[in-house]
Amino acid sequence: MTLQAYVILSAAVFAIGLLGVLTRRNAIGILLGIELMLNAVNINFVAFARFNGDPAGMVFALFTIAITVAEVAVGLAIVIVIFRIRRTIDADRLDLLKG
Amino acid sequence: MTLETGAFWGLAAVLLASSLAVVLTRNLFHSVLYLAVAIVATGGVFLLLDAAFLFGVQLLLYAGGVVTIVVFAIMLTERLVGEGIGQTSRYLINGAVVSVAVFVGVLLFVGQAPLPAARRPLGADVTRALGELLLTRYVLAFELLAVLLVTALLGALYLARTDE
Repeated sequence: MTLQAYVILSAAVFAIGLLGVLTRRNAIGILLGIELMLNAVNINFVAFARFNGDPAGMVFALFTIAITVAEVAVGLAIVIVIFRIRRTIDADRLDLLKG
Repeated sequence: MTLETGAFWGLAAVLLASSLAVVLTRNLFHSVLYLAVAIVATGGVFLLLDAAFLFGVQLLLYAGGVVTIVVFAIMLTERLVGEGIGQTSRYLINGAVVSVAVFVGVLLFVGQAPLPAARRPLGADVTRALGELLLTRYVLAFELLAVLLVTALLGALYLARTDE
């Protein structure tokens, strides 16, 4: 397979994740969309690393994976806290910071 | 059709279908399970790209870690209300327009960009090369990442604690 095929696959997954982030009303659903987008980024990193013959891109993919885990942990903790306070995780109704 | 081509199309089909399912199912719990499928399919793509170690990391950290955390978060929030949290999507058409536009934009860019046509040789042992890079050229980033992970996990624990 050519590099184009991998990049296009990754772009498709990224677009689907973006669709999730834009349309989901549930905060956890939005986080899942972000997960998909980060996954797409990793496909790109690894594909470019493989086709350029340089494993540095795979190192970056490792970093992205670890950072994603940290992001999910903090994000979900925030979701749980918001849920305790507001009794909802509907992103449309979380407007405390609205001016 | 070679084995790699077949595997690529199979994985791509599974990945795209499960990603769409993550975004479109109404049941949040099913969403997470489809996310696990998408993550394993991504790991398969890593295998096709000769990154066996990343496949392992993907399974352990994403499929093992992230999915478990999300499932726990869903169960915790459901327990707090005592009823299932469904989820709906809004502005589905607007969102679809924006993401298709992003996809087409990337496609146009990829069509023009000069990409390497064939795979360059990567060395015999990719995992070994990864380990050496992590502990030589990228050692500072690696150590900072460890600090970041500890901080994030402590922060998450602190945020989610119960007030007692």
